[in-house]
Amino acid sequence: MTGKGGISFSLNGKAVKVDLDPMSRLLDVVREHCELPGSKEGCGEGECGACAVLLDDEPVCSCLVPLIQVRGRTVRTIEDLETGGVLDPIQEAFVEAGGVQCGACTPGILITLRALLDRNPAPNRTEVREALGGNLCRCTGYEGILRSVEALLPGGDES
Amino acid sequence: MTQPPRPREVGQSRPRIDGRDKVTGAARYVDDLNVPGMWHGATVRSPHPAARIDSIDFSRARQADPEVAAITAADLPGPNVVKLIAEDWPILAAEEVHHVGEAVAIVVAPTRERARAAADRVDVTYTEVPGALTLDDALRGDPRVGGQVNVLASSNIDWGDVDQGLADADHIVEGEYETGWQEHIYIEPQGMIAIPQDDGSVEIVGSMQCPYYVQHALAHALSLEPDMVRVRHVATGGGFGGKEDFPDMLGAHAALLARKIKRPVKIVYDRHEDIVATTKRHPSRVRIRTGVAADGRLLAQDIEVVLDGGAYITLSPVVLSRAVIHAAGPYACPNVRIQGRVLATNTVPNGAFRGFGAPQSQFAAERQMDRIGRRLGIDPYTIRERNAYRVGDTTPTGQVLKESVSAIECLQEAETRTRFRERWQQFENARANAPDDGRPVRGLGLSLVWHGSGFTGNGEQRMNSPVTIRLNEAGAVEVRVAATEFGQGTTMVLQQMVADAVGVTAADIVVVNPDTVEVPDSGPTVASRTVMVVGGILVRAGKGLADQLMQFAKSDAASPIDCGPETNELELKAGQLLDESGAVLGSFSDIAAAYVASYGTLDITERFEAMPGIEFDEETYRGAAYSAYGWACDIIELEVDPDTLAVSLTDATLVYDVGKAIHPAMCRGQVEGGTLQALGYGFMEEIKLKDGAYMNDRLATYIIPTIRDTPDMDTVLIENPTPSGAFGAKGVGEIPMDGGAPAVLSAIENATGIVAAGIPATPERLFSDRMAGRVVSNDRAGSAKPAEGGPA
Ligand code: FES
Ligand code: FES
Repeated sequence: MTGKGGISFSLNGKAVKVDLDPMSRLLDVVREHCELPGSKEGCGEGECGACAVLLDDEPVCSCLVPLIQVRGRTVRTIEDLETGGVLDPIQEAFVEAGGVQCGACTPGILITLRALLDRNPAPNRTEVREALGGNLCRCTGYEGILRSVEALLPGGDES
Repeated sequence: MTQPPRPREVGQSRPRIDGRDKVTGAARYVDDLNVPGMWHGATVRSPHPAARIDSIDFSRARQADPEVAAITAADLPGPNVVKLIAEDWPILAAEEVHHVGEAVAIVVAPTRERARAAADRVDVTYTEVPGALTLDDALRGDPRVGGQVNVLASSNIDWGDVDQGLADADHIVEGEYETGWQEHIYIEPQGMIAIPQDDGSVEIVGSMQCPYYVQHALAHALSLEPDMVRVRHVATGGGFGGKEDFPDMLGAHAALLARKIKRPVKIVYDRHEDIVATTKRHPSRVRIRTGVAADGRLLAQDIEVVLDGGAYITLSPVVLSRAVIHAAGPYACPNVRIQGRVLATNTVPNGAFRGFGAPQSQFAAERQMDRIGRRLGIDPYTIRERNAYRVGDTTPTGQVLKESVSAIECLQEAETRTRFRERWQQFENARANAPDDGRPVRGLGLSLVWHGSGFTGNGEQRMNSPVTIRLNEAGAVEVRVAATEFGQGTTMVLQQMVADAVGVTAADIVVVNPDTVEVPDSGPTVASRTVMVVGGILVRAGKGLADQLMQFAKSDAASPIDCGPETNELELKAGQLLDESGAVLGSFSDIAAAYVASYGTLDITERFEAMPGIEFDEETYRGAAYSAYGWACDIIELEVDPDTLAVSLTDATLVYDVGKAIHPAMCRGQVEGGTLQALGYGFMEEIKLKDGAYMNDRLATYIIPTIRDTPDMDTVLIENPTPSGAFGAKGVGEIPMDGGAPAVLSAIENATGIVAAGIPATPERLFSDRMAGRVVSNDRAGSAKPAEGGPA
């Protein structure tokens, strides 16, 4: 399905075709070419996770993924978590329970947590820590992030 | 000062205003913005710590890309200086470079890639000269000043008779302590866009803490009137002090390029460049001699603080001042001498970082308390409990602490929650009897700190900052201040405080985005001053607005309210106007609309007013250094692998007196985030130098804590209000940076017996401490004498 004129993939549920250098970083493709600047660049070398997107439902650092690698696959960015003006429960929890401060890490962290919650709707602290091991946050000390996830769980959020 | 209004919004943890945009990816940070016609800048940097610049040659860059334009020091339209406290920091190095990463030239091209490629093709030739790379070099003498010690700033405190106090002491305890650099690692790197205007003015849009600092620095550098430089804050992805000083430099670079090519110019650093070029926390070396009575009371402290200032002065004098004032820790002592100096080295200038000198000097103070305790056989809790400030004690600047002193309360609460003394003693015993089986060893550590809120000394009086509250055309209340949001929750707390001051709901308050065209210079967003100081002025302004509207409601012909002449006491509460009996007379919105219809918008501007009796002499360092202090006790529990000396933190108990938590959830967020930064500082975050260059200049090598390195945190906010802050609040932004590092080292000592003298206490460093014999002496550890007053 990818003719000479570009690389096709699904981006936030829409079919797109991008005619750029196949080695372009996926991060630049979504931020600049596709005008979805929600994903952030914190390091450009796979250390911070601010650029995380879902590639076939798995979180990846989009700063390390060349465009060619997403051909025919499914990419979801932070812009796709909210549906029709309704926040995803994890987004809601972050706003309510102190999961977000400056917000620079937040898109990558939410995308990564969405993938975790999809396969494990009630993760414990250890499992959240495993999943978020590649996402740096310098503001919250992560405690607000853990609290936000806990607020989603049955019996959570009575604070 | 007037009584604070009864809080309704204050004390509530509502969802943050900017939360939705931040969780959906809709928030726009500087690198998300594109201005039509915008080009991109890049910087040519020195690879040498000390060198003369012989030539700068752009021919290769221009050949490869003829559209590229460039600027060197020779092309500047105004003084070659980023104006902060001194005028020594060049915008672009002219004849010589003084640190690796110093900007030598800036280039601009249509895309970021082309700009960066062009910068790489600029050929600069240098002749290296001798420099002072480390504090040791600096203490030996700086070639830049003919081999003298190059002192960038000094401050001294002299209280009581230290020599007599030492002579009277039963024990003299000496220690020397070292801290390294720390990099802020705000997750959004620094970035600015400059947009030149047809009238010769320039607009700056970017990631920053202090729009008016940028305006002042740029007006100076561009030789423009300040109002020809408009500075607008946009969503900022963390600051921690790092976006206090450096944005002046970056803004100047962007503005110079934009004015040269008459187009908007964006400069956004990548992480590597951000680490290489921007300011860091000052490394320190502190020496303490303490005279102690047999019962553990401090009799004299003789303290020397040396900070590494890097190549230029930037904010070093004020960082030093705070370091010195906090250096004796939160402990009463009748005789104290503190001598502080900042020395120049050929490294990137060190500048503002959360805590501002206090984390360094209190690291030393806290490690010294542990050392004193060991010497006397007193546990870490008890030695602190015996000496901590109480109401009525006098600090080394001669300030009598009259109110809001919570050191003991913090200690006791932390003890109650952790059973510190008992468990610390168990770990001591376990260490003494530990079989060498390779199993992880546990330890518990404690620190007690204080932190002055707001500017040191007379800083606030000098700034005399105005704030404005406006009743706008729509009848809504606008908050107009330069306080910026960079994650801490500024917007939210301003809204809450003003809502209560006026007597309306938070939804009636609009916080205007800081933009020098829109807001007055209410001072920088630093020093934990926003809630306490700016908030305090706003509360007065808010009450002024309410009074004026109530006067209007009561007696103006155009008033929509008929309250009769006998009503004297009106009150605005949650948007309703009430009479003495509490009956509702009308709504704020009706009164506001009627007022605006008759008289137009209403601005109330107020300025800082010092509390009576709060004075400080900056020459002698006598008086009230701060009008209020926050207090905190951190207890850290951890495990150490006895073979690798790798440390894993398990639990943190954080007890903080914040005066009043305006927004408890965000307040907690400040404590927890600041604490993790402090813990990283204590045992992980390291910068080493090689030939004057940072070896740890990427996130792959400068390691900050991940969620896996983070302990579970039990955070307790104590509210012991101060009359000098809005609603009794003291700042909370910085104090969490002070106690984490010494508490970690205290816990490592409890677990392993290693008495680490410096941070970061990486495994490598702990090994060398052990090899050098910096360990708890066996007899003490083995017999583990229970402390007097402690559990037997
Ligand atoms: S920007 Fe991709 S991991 Fe940091
Ligand atoms: S909220 Fe600022 S980095 Fe996570």
